[in-house]
Amino acid sequence: MENRTDKNSYTILFAIAMVVIVGALLAFTASSLSPKISENMRIEKQQNILYAMGVNNNDAGSAVFVDTKEAPELFSKYITKQEVITNGNVSEDDQAYLIDLKKDKAAAGGDAAKRNLPLFIGEKDGKTFYIVPIYGKGLWDAIWGYVSMNENMVIQGAYFDHKGETPGLGANIKERFFMDDFIGEHLLDANGNFKGVDVAKGNADPTNEDKTDNEVDAIAGATITGNGVSAMIKSDLKLYKPYFDNLKNN
Amino acid sequence: MGLLSKKDAKLITDPLADNNPITIQVLGICSALAITAQLKASIVMAVSVLFVLGIGNVVISLLRNIIPSKIRIIVQLVVVAALVIIVDQVLKAFSYELSKTLSVFVGLIITNCIIMGRFEAFALGNGPWKSFLDGIGNALGYGVILIIVGFFRELLGSGTLLGFKVLGDPIEKTGLYAIGYENNGFMLLSPMALIVVGIIIWVQRSRNKALIED
Repeated sequence: MENRTDKNSYTILFAIAMVVIVGALLAFTASSLSPKISENMRIEKQQNILYAMGVNNNDAGSAVFVDTKEAPELFSKYITKQEVITNGNVSEDDQAYLIDLKKDKAAAGGDAAKRNLPLFIGEKDGKTFYIVPIYGKGLWDAIWGYVSMNENMVIQGAYFDHKGETPGLGANIKERFFMDDFIGEHLLDANGNFKGVDVAKGNADPTNEDKTDNEVDAIAGATITGNGVSAMIKSDLKLYKPYFDNLKNN
Repeated sequence: MGLLSKKDAKLITDPLADNNPITIQVLGICSALAITAQLKASIVMAVSVLFVLGIGNVVISLLRNIIPSKIRIIVQLVVVAALVIIVDQVLKAFSYELSKTLSVFVGLIITNCIIMGRFEAFALGNGPWKSFLDGIGNALGYGVILIIVGFFRELLGSGTLLGFKVLGDPIEKTGLYAIGYENNGFMLLSPMALIVVGIIIWVQRSRNKALIED
């Protein structure tokens, strides 16, 4: 036995067999589960978008999505219109929420005119919400979110998520105490120019009563994740400023 | 433990106490530092390592006579990686919420030195049943420490356990916070995990002098 397994030819054959078997096993698992996985991701997007416009099952302290089973129905009930903005041209597209921001950003290569910008319009209790997805990077990996605004670019709700931020620190951007701070914040400054909302350290307003200071209080120990949130709000939401200008003029 | 002979039972109980992978063998420290800021993450990690190490030990043990010794480390790595990916995919398909919590730690499970260590030190030389018990025992020993560290770090660092505010509300100033208690944010940073592990090692060795090396 010892001798046989020490031979080079045996080692190579074993390695080949192992790679083929494990490769086949993984490929089989991945392809047989992938429809279910992408369905889960699709529903999660719907839940995220609904969350940002305030359709959720939040309890006292924690963020809770609407039930997975109800999400598709609620999504078609509350989201009345989905649009894609390409170089200033607005077109309707009921699959706009499936646009992959990461791929779209990469394909445009920094040229804002080439971007396909999704925008979802929701109606709830007579109010109109303009919901926009954002995407950026935190400390370890990707961060993203959905921000809902009114026609004056005042934030009505926000949802953030992350791929691999530090638990207890950067990962807290998806906690309510952080996300809820954004509600009511103005994205424009007093003169109507786009300014964004900064996740600010040394904020003079930690309880966040001043909603027009373009700042929310940062999380201690999560500086880089917080900067990532500020940056993605600034870069991604800015692209929608012309859309909102148009909205007002019409 | 009626099911197990004395020897087999020792395979499970030893790593829980006097041969603990973290506090005695000092393996798996990296993940103990990285993910113990919250109790929930610690528990999820403990359960996933339990699964991977239990099954992985059995697979390696079954293959132990046909694995070429020259590439045995690679074979071990492939087994861990394949198991972890399958677990991740299954969770993503059937328990999406849980998989979002777990996904951060997938890479960490693959690099966890306890797993490779047990494959190399035990499963390659023992039968499947013994290897299974050894895997479960070591994963439990690892998990216990993880959960202890996670418990103290979340309690003292955030004032919560599994997200519940057990010490009162720091913003509303209720409970302990009403009398001036403050969370120790330092507990959330990695160095404190090392110090908590150090305290566990200290307590363990002062209770059992045989563990102290010269």
